[in-house]
Amino acid sequence: MIKTLLATAAAVSFGAAAASAQTVGFSQIGSESGWRAAETTLTRQQAEERGIDLKFSDAQQRQENQISAMRSFIAQGVDAILLAPVVATGWDSVLEEAQEAEIPVVLLDRQVDSSEDLYLTAVGSDLVHEGEVAGQWLVDNVGDEECRVVELQGTTGSSPAIKRKQGFENAIEGSDNIEIVRSQTGDFTRTGGKEVMESFLQAEDGGGNICALFAHNDDMAIGAIQAMKEAGVNPGEDVKVVSIDGVPDIFRAMADGDANATVELTPNMAGPAFDALNAYWEDGTTPPKFIQTESRLYTQEDDPEAEYEARKDLGY
Amino acid sequence: MPRVIQRVLPQLLTLAALMALVSVFFPDFLEITYSDGRLVGPVIDILKRGAPVALLAIGMTLVIATRGIDLSVGATMAICGACSAWAISAGYGLAGALGFAMLAGLAAGLWNGALVAVFGIQPIVATLILMTAGRGVAQLITEGRILTFNHEGLAFFGSGDILGVPMPTLIWVLLGVLVALLVRRTALGLLIEAIGINRRASTLAGINSRVLLIAVYMASGFCAAWAGIVATADIRGADANNSGLWLELDAILAVVIGGNSLLGGRFSIAASLLGAMIIQTIDTGILLAGFPSEFNLVIKAALVLVILVLQSPNLAPRFARIARRRRGTPAAGKLTTREAGE
Amino acid sequence: MLLTIRSLTKTFPGTRALDSVDFDLRAGEVHALLGENGAGKSTLIKCLTGAYQRDEGELTLDGAPISPQSTLEAQELGIGTVYQEVNLLPNLTVAENLTFGRQPTRFGMVDGRAMRRQAEEMLSGYGVDVDVRRDLGTYSVAIQQIVAIARAVTLSGKVLILDEPTASLDSREVAMLFDVVRSLREQGLGIIFISHFLDQVFEISDRVTVLRNGCRVATDDIAGLERLRLIEHMLGHELEDETREGRHAHVPSDPSERTLHFEGVGRRGLIEPFDLSVGRGEVIGLAGLLGSGRTESAEVLFGIKPTQTGTARDENGEIALRNPREAVAAGFGFAPEDRKTDGIVADLSVRENIALALQARRGWARPISRAEQNRLADHYIDRLDIRTSDAEKAVGDLSGGNQQKVVLARWLAMNPRFFILDEPTRGIDVGAHAEILRLIEEVTADGMSILVISSELDELVAVADRVIVVRDRRHVAQLTGAEVETDTIVRAIAAPDADSDEEAA
Repeated sequence: MIKTLLATAAAVSFGAAAASAQTVGFSQIGSESGWRAAETTLTRQQAEERGIDLKFSDAQQRQENQISAMRSFIAQGVDAILLAPVVATGWDSVLEEAQEAEIPVVLLDRQVDSSEDLYLTAVGSDLVHEGEVAGQWLVDNVGDEECRVVELQGTTGSSPAIKRKQGFENAIEGSDNIEIVRSQTGDFTRTGGKEVMESFLQAEDGGGNICALFAHNDDMAIGAIQAMKEAGVNPGEDVKVVSIDGVPDIFRAMADGDANATVELTPNMAGPAFDALNAYWEDGTTPPKFIQTESRLYTQEDDPEAEYEARKDLGY
Repeated sequence: MPRVIQRVLPQLLTLAALMALVSVFFPDFLEITYSDGRLVGPVIDILKRGAPVALLAIGMTLVIATRGIDLSVGATMAICGACSAWAISAGYGLAGALGFAMLAGLAAGLWNGALVAVFGIQPIVATLILMTAGRGVAQLITEGRILTFNHEGLAFFGSGDILGVPMPTLIWVLLGVLVALLVRRTALGLLIEAIGINRRASTLAGINSRVLLIAVYMASGFCAAWAGIVATADIRGADANNSGLWLELDAILAVVIGGNSLLGGRFSIAASLLGAMIIQTIDTGILLAGFPSEFNLVIKAALVLVILVLQSPNLAPRFARIARRRRGTPAAGKLTTREAGE
Repeated sequence: MLLTIRSLTKTFPGTRALDSVDFDLRAGEVHALLGENGAGKSTLIKCLTGAYQRDEGELTLDGAPISPQSTLEAQELGIGTVYQEVNLLPNLTVAENLTFGRQPTRFGMVDGRAMRRQAEEMLSGYGVDVDVRRDLGTYSVAIQQIVAIARAVTLSGKVLILDEPTASLDSREVAMLFDVVRSLREQGLGIIFISHFLDQVFEISDRVTVLRNGCRVATDDIAGLERLRLIEHMLGHELEDETREGRHAHVPSDPSERTLHFEGVGRRGLIEPFDLSVGRGEVIGLAGLLGSGRTESAEVLFGIKPTQTGTARDENGEIALRNPREAVAAGFGFAPEDRKTDGIVADLSVRENIALALQARRGWARPISRAEQNRLADHYIDRLDIRTSDAEKAVGDLSGGNQQKVVLARWLAMNPRFFILDEPTRGIDVGAHAEILRLIEEVTADGMSILVISSELDELVAVADRVIVVRDRRHVAQLTGAEVETDTIVRAIAAPDADSDEEAA
């Protein structure tokens, strides 16, 4: 119900741009997490900067809503469609309809199982690469010392959990001094991160044996930081903390010296998407089928306070 | 042997067996140390981490005793946690934060109770409404993000301790004792059991079952409010998406492991609390034992299955027989002679 | 003889539901089976259709002994049953309902056309105009009944049992149903007809068998049977001498001494407005047939179904009776007819059950101490001779009579001024029966007023000072003093223009 209200409010707000501007339809999954809210906010900002008329539709986690939104975009004759698909399968027919109407479709953030011919390009991050950046930071910062790492996994079986773990392991593979000694799922939540970290601390001599923490997302890292503080361990110094996502609160933790590094999963998927579309509209340049967003590493040296300020109002 | 001990004996034995089992995989399990003015150790973690489920189980026990069920407690937790975080950020102070959370919990209970007792909707359906909608309400309060706060007073309810004992533990023990005293020292317990067993006969006996039902759901909402406060204070933020997620199921499981029938009637809050501790011992034990996380749910399910089978109506009489043998059987002889006369 | 039942006996814990019952059914007759609630009608039917297994006795069908183990087996033997609530599926078509479980198939698929043809054949001869392709639920209950009958006749074809088939039909529909029943009778079916509408019994039946308390009381041809005799059979007239000896004096109480007055209390569709005044220590009997408004009167008086009209008052003014709680507060008590669902709280102990109403009135904040509860329980276990191993035994484990005594104890513990007893002695053994009647005498001597509802007329005659007769949801007569006799009561129940003093409200 609430989401419907939000969606209605969003629907009312479009149509402000100039008549001559390009019109782009955006079918968003929903607003299930802060990151997705930020993605929506940034997409609107990017569209406004470029003078693009953005038609927004919130699918409330339902594929049928997304498909009907896309059909509606096609009927309105938009110039392009951005799609953040809620699931990977079942898109063929609606993508074919878009193709017949000669409307390019750009996938944001997630992939689909349909043929590559049916969409212009996909913009997204490489989850394995994110894990590799985090692992590489650790390799660069521990030198030759022995380092026992504890890992907070995402939800068991989810693709970010599997791929980020794989990337991290790839990065530390050559360093025999770095070893993952404990790995458990914290379900991507703060509570989960805190509870699991408490058990790690119990099991590893009150934290004395732990040199670093790798968390598959920032929220678990924030929970774990609280667990360490309560147990008298100094996060950021006694235990190095590296995580992935780049939510505002982790920058605050870095500013306080509690976290060491985060790998940003940028919510700005729309920027590269609009760039590719502009090139396509201007001279028909066909972009590569996958545009990888930058997985940028932020550390305490990167003015985390300013990064926090820049992000706090994006809706995280 | 006192009746209370006798009632919770299966749960105590289960807990002891589980602790022994975890000790095999994690030898330091029972070790408790005193450092920095606080008790530290896996057992203390269990007593602390089990707080939300234990708190929910208190209210859930009462609801189940009336032959109802409250699926909305997880969502209510999220709402109440969001209320407390919002109130503290908005400058209402600690009293305001706790007050708003408790009010929200009571309001949620009033809503459920009214649907069940006044409109006659089946409890599982009535509370399903808030279970689904509640998280949306919580998200509305937190505006969809994790609403963090920095207030030592409120955080104390999650991570503080008094005389070394963690606050969450003190809260669930205290609330459990208070509610148990309330229902057993007054006639509430008897009246709740009566409407759970036979609501129509109880109403005919003059019990105000409608008001009593609403009160029971409000008690459940109140307990969920405290669970929400503890969970929110613990991570210093209200996570509307995840706070209390699926905990209603753990709470129901705790009540069932506590030997309370889902068909209502006789209940024991102490046994439900032990049930909550049994679940938390399994959870913490799995984490400490260091198995790959893919095994967590399988191990938990297997242990719960074993516990429930051991307590099942077909096996439980064996426990009861042992207990009776200890009590002696003067009643049995009298029973046969008097009933033979019919 | 198509169907014979000899010495059929069925016992349940605490009660003997059927005691050596004989019953015959000829081919081509409608045989009515009558009796009050708990007389054993449904137990007899269930033994016949295999839903229950009999303890003793013999069943023969067409001369061959049978012993159906399930309703399905009874159906295959030739015994079909149609209940008041049609047990077909309203969301399937008529044809699907008629052929359900044995649909004609073609290449493994249901053959829709053959199914329709078959269904139409089954319904032909019933004189109803039904499109078998429509959902059953779109037709009236009467048509649904006939479809159910058609199905039962096709499947079974020898014996058809109709269990209260007319309860929710209007008179035109009843006539339509009876046409069907008559034509089936002509085809040679044996039909067992259960109903509590005596007019319909007289209209359709050839013979009638009356059950009371699990025993067969009489089997008679309907031709020449007086309505009065039939009611006597059902309600019991043949008094045993000792009951008559120990009987109440029936002193007419002085109307001016009556303290509790109900004026024009009633509820639409339940019971027409009636007046009732109750004196201290008076026992009022309420007599009538099943469904006449006996229990409904009690429900209105106790606030279970709130009154729509009328007032209740005592010497201190008006009394509110909107729900049982207010009735209890006004000093009323009510021991319901169905004590299992409405009386006892089965899993609670004898002690807790006895203390329950008293506790409810005191409120939750003022608990009755354990010592006080024990005292109450011990007192009433002793006084009412409740047979239990101890006060902590769950009430559900006691026999019916003892459960009833626990419910009585619950109310006596409150010392009500007006105590309503709905069928207090139904389904309990003879010993407990006498004890309960003695108890009524005892408590009225202390000033308690009692309203007894009973289908046992000799029981009413034995205890009541006044008897109110209920018929067709109206209080039609009041009998006092010497008029309190079974035959006067029976006449008042039977004859619309009985010469007793009419006191219709």
